[in-house]
Amino acid sequence: MIGLKDDETRLLPLMLAPAVSYIALLIGFPFVLSIAYSMTNISVGTTELKFVGLDNFISVVGSQTFWVALKNTCIITLVSQVFVVGLGNVLAGLLMADFTGKWWVRLLILLPWVAPISLGSIGWLWIFDSIYSVINWTARAIGLLGPFDWPIWLGQPDLAMASIIIVNVWRLLPLATVIILAGLSSIPQDIHDAAHVDGAGFWRHHFEITMPLVLPITLIAVLFGIVFTFTDMIVVFVLTRGGPYDTTQVLASWAFFTGIQGGDLAEGAAISLFLFPVLVAVAILFLGVARRTEVT
Amino acid sequence: MAIVEARNISKKFAEVTAVEQINLTAEEGEFLVLLGPSGCGKTTLMRMIAGLEQPSAGRIVIGGRDVTDLPPRTRNIAMVFQSYALYPHMTVAGNIAFPLRARGTSKVETAERVTWAARMFDIERLLDRKPRQLSGGERQRVALARAVVRKPEVFLLDEPLSNLDAKLRHSARDELKQFQRNLGTTTLYVTHDQVEAMGLGDRIAVLNQGLVHQIGTPQQVYDRPADIFVATFIGSPPMNLVELDDVVLGFRPESFLPEEVHPAQDGRSRLPFRITRSEYLGADRLVYGVLEPPYPPTHVISKLPTNIRVEVNSGERHDFAVRLADLNRFDRASGRRLAEDGEAASATSDLT
Amino acid sequence: MTGGLARTARRVGRFGLLAGFVGFLAFPFYWMLITTFKTTQDLHNTEYNPYLFHDPPTLEHLRTLFEDTIFLQWLWNTAFVGVLVVIITIVLAVPAGYSLARTTGRWGQTLGVGIFLTYLVPPTILFIPLARVIAWLGLQDSLWSLVLVYPSISVPFCTWLLMGFFKAVPRDLEEAAMLDGLSRLAAFVRVVVPVSIAGILTCVIFTFTLVFQEFVYGVTFITASTNYTVSVGVPTFLVRGDVYFWGSMMAACLIASLPIAVIYNLFVDRFVAGFTAGAVK
Repeated sequence: MIGLKDDETRLLPLMLAPAVSYIALLIGFPFVLSIAYSMTNISVGTTELKFVGLDNFISVVGSQTFWVALKNTCIITLVSQVFVVGLGNVLAGLLMADFTGKWWVRLLILLPWVAPISLGSIGWLWIFDSIYSVINWTARAIGLLGPFDWPIWLGQPDLAMASIIIVNVWRLLPLATVIILAGLSSIPQDIHDAAHVDGAGFWRHHFEITMPLVLPITLIAVLFGIVFTFTDMIVVFVLTRGGPYDTTQVLASWAFFTGIQGGDLAEGAAISLFLFPVLVAVAILFLGVARRTEVT
Repeated sequence: MAIVEARNISKKFAEVTAVEQINLTAEEGEFLVLLGPSGCGKTTLMRMIAGLEQPSAGRIVIGGRDVTDLPPRTRNIAMVFQSYALYPHMTVAGNIAFPLRARGTSKVETAERVTWAARMFDIERLLDRKPRQLSGGERQRVALARAVVRKPEVFLLDEPLSNLDAKLRHSARDELKQFQRNLGTTTLYVTHDQVEAMGLGDRIAVLNQGLVHQIGTPQQVYDRPADIFVATFIGSPPMNLVELDDVVLGFRPESFLPEEVHPAQDGRSRLPFRITRSEYLGADRLVYGVLEPPYPPTHVISKLPTNIRVEVNSGERHDFAVRLADLNRFDRASGRRLAEDGEAASATSDLT
Repeated sequence: MTGGLARTARRVGRFGLLAGFVGFLAFPFYWMLITTFKTTQDLHNTEYNPYLFHDPPTLEHLRTLFEDTIFLQWLWNTAFVGVLVVIITIVLAVPAGYSLARTTGRWGQTLGVGIFLTYLVPPTILFIPLARVIAWLGLQDSLWSLVLVYPSISVPFCTWLLMGFFKAVPRDLEEAAMLDGLSRLAAFVRVVVPVSIAGILTCVIFTFTLVFQEFVYGVTFITASTNYTVSVGVPTFLVRGDVYFWGSMMAACLIASLPIAVIYNLFVDRFVAGFTAGAVK
């Protein structure tokens, strides 16, 4: 007869092993492989692998597109997250109230997050169309655009960047909103009541009570937002393919065009590894938040 | 320090009426307890006085000023919540200072007042801690300090002792009463615990299902309950009730004693009693049994101080009695208390 | 009364703001809907008000989508991959989540957080080496490549989510079952799993949604259009060349997005709980 203790010490690791092996094989191993590839000359046609050290990284950093892509990735991530957090807080605040039809409102608000990003981006591609853009039509109809202004959203570098940022805000705002909403509803009503009785007005209540209390969870929303925007290639792939002339290229899309479409696996791997430091930083922050909140 | 009045206050939530046409006045400096079972409307009433709920009808008047349409912050009140509602991200000092900062009190004065309030509740050494680092009793003191610091006209306390363990609750009750006496601030106190209510209140308002059943001193409420609800809600074990035609006779277990124990000169009513069981509780014995004819066979309880050494054994019949002055009579149909004195005395003597 | 007026003004303001947000977030889908039912000629005339139907609504784009493209094949491919990925995910994540929930001490927590962090490793870091792995296995251009790789995204999140669920199941329950004569494994299968069915269902929905959404691996591993999933097929195949079939494309986007959005909405609170576990108390 096996005692409870033995049973437990054997069974629990056994139950965990398949999942951990799977993750190790399909995430751990490719990751190591990625590092290995980035130091070889591998391409789709290579038969003989040659170790080239940091040559790929040096060539990547030497390329002008790299700096453009790095800058774009950072700008898109930062600007969209500022909007996502700002707007997410406001929208979550609005959704705290009870009103009829809330279920439908939430469904509509969640759509951009749930719908496949590639399909949502296609929708925007049509909205930003160079000839039939509904934005331009509307702007002209209400007099914002003169008769000879007709911005080509995805064809001018600045506007194309703005378009990409808009789509990223659109896509991540729902997630941030529901996360912040969860934070807001976890604040006990008593705390709000106490603030009322203690004499706090709207702004003091908001900035000294509500905001600090949802800060940890807002941070979680930001971390997810950063990871999802920084590593995303779909929005750029669908909207601009990096164009015009690589001006809207981001690291992830450039890695795809170089490694998969261009067949230069080694350089593609090297490019995508530049995403990694940011992920590490985010992961450390995430752990910090998780640990800090555990104490409370 | 102010008089708090609720005039004809009603509150309806969708279909449910939580508070119905309540009229209530807390006098200057008075400690008024709102007592009732959960869901009786006591907390709703207090929240309306605080301004956290808007009454469906009626007015709230504090210190002669109609505040019904004013937000909580202009009412100059303080409230202590059952959960204490301390701000978890602020230190104890930050919590206590918050109401002052919200009023725009100067930094110097805020610091002075915080120290004053902290000293009053003996929590000066906790000022730099966060609420999560405090024990239940310490949290309660911080909540009280935060209430006191603004020198409000009215204190509203919503079951502030219910989260403390039994031992602590006793001393906290004592302290609460002390500091209220010292400050002399009008206080409304919500509780479902009758022992707390009796111990703390200058007067008690007994509520049930949105209605005030009785307002009176603890003694009035206990000895002369206004109706059957109050009679049975207060007292443990509750008042014995015996139904006689259209009258219900009520008497406290501790007034229901063996006849020979009563002093000879007291007018009393004899009730033959068959004992089924008794419990020894240290200071008292609880004796359970059934009344015998001429009374209807009703289960009643006697609470005998242990120093009364009369033998009461299970299965025995014994003549018990209640002093006439300790008898309460209620109308069976309405449950209301019936008129006292001469009329009452003659009615009961017929039965003896 | 000024109080009443201010309150009304505030309510109108809130309503306006909310309407603005809903407008921004739902507009592309509204636009897809309009486009789906407009004739091509109507779509391609800049003189017309694009919000109105100039020609009467048409079902032509839907007909094209279902009859002249292999959209149905893509839907079928997505469902096929989806079902298999869900099965693999559940088989791996359910025992793993339970194991982490019952591993005592810091180890369980640390391992759990570690597994969750792998959810943050994006496809865009792994797709190049994985493309080679798929080639070695001879799975390039096969739906089985997706069946193999997609669980690497769903297993970490679902393990984490289920860990939370199993922690909420009182140990007493399985201890009672073990005293009643079940082995620990049997107690898990027959007592713990049934009471956690809501959590498992949440994982099923999450995984299925993920298969619908995933794009990077799909576009990397699959080149034959007959093997595309919906999210890859619509933007790559229907956009090819200079002719954009806007009506059919918008119809495809709408058809692929709306049903999963409705199902997702039913479970969203649980997903959020997974995203924020630990930060909300």
